[in-house]
Amino acid sequence: MYCRRAVFIVACVRLRLNGEETELPDGCTIAEMVAQLDLSRRRIAVEVNRDIVPRTSFAEHVLCDGDIVEVVHFIGGG
Amino acid sequence: MPEDTFEIGGARYRSRLIVGTGKYRDFAETRAAIDASGAEIVTVAVRRVNITKADEENLLDYLDLDRITILPNTAGCYSAEEAIRTARLAREAGVGSLLKLEVIGDEKTLFPDATATIEAAQVLVEDGFTVLPYINDDPIAARKLADLGCAAVMPLAAPIGSGLGIRNPYNLKIILEQATVPIIVDAGVGTASDVARAMELGCEAVLLNTAIAGAKDPIAMAEAMKLGVEAGRKAFLAGRIGRKLYATASSPIEGLLD
Repeated sequence: MYCRRAVFIVACVRLRLNGEETELPDGCTIAEMVAQLDLSRRRIAVEVNRDIVPRTSFAEHVLCDGDIVEVVHFIGGG
Repeated sequence: MPEDTFEIGGARYRSRLIVGTGKYRDFAETRAAIDASGAEIVTVAVRRVNITKADEENLLDYLDLDRITILPNTAGCYSAEEAIRTARLAREAGVGSLLKLEVIGDEKTLFPDATATIEAAQVLVEDGFTVLPYINDDPIAARKLADLGCAAVMPLAAPIGSGLGIRNPYNLKIILEQATVPIIVDAGVGTASDVARAMELGCEAVLLNTAIAGAKDPIAMAEAMKLGVEAGRKAFLAGRIGRKLYATASSPIEGLLD
């Protein structure tokens, strides 16, 4: 998987999660992020840099510095 | 007599009332209104999870998904691209491929952008979605959407949330006359007589949100809407009398006293 890494070793990745600057542990996968947000059992969808990541890939998809991540769910609407 | 049902995307539904889930006080009220309405299809919107409150309750926790079909919308999208992106996210979230396609053209009227709606519908139909587009009461746009493979076409009665009722029954009649897919009136109805009217015209179903959620007593209005749809549908099937300018006596002339 292509990943833009900083030249120095970082203990965390800085990314943009739903519009907010967020730090996650280095090597964090989508599955781990979703678990940390307590969303594992929810109907959600995740997009990284505009590409939808299928739920089946959450466990192996490692988040990278500078990623733009969107996590969406369903709310009331007409 | 066979049961009166209608079909969308290969599934059959008994209830001809489709309800939205926006603008309710809380999820309990949303659920109670859906129950009272008898709706089997409910619309939802796709939005970012609030990551600071990600563990809070979700609308879907309150819906019986064995009984209710979720119809995600692309509300708030102002381009075909945004609508397509939202649709794909909705499908990935795992509620199936049914989609209420909405591409808005103007903030004040919330009228649909017909060209962008048609463009998005083309892509989404090819992508395997069961597309139900929200569209103006425009017979030409309705025909184009049906021809490109939409599962139903959903002309508005009046602007979203306006409660004005059916502003152009004649256009709806033309849309219905040429229809090759189910026609569902979506948006703008205010009260039970409006949905009855839509059904009397021959629409397959009615989709509404604000008329129930914004009523003083949403639960009572949900039931009224259910009855309105049923009454209108029955009247349509029964076949109404023609309109005449002058009176025709209901009581026989014979046997009148001298």
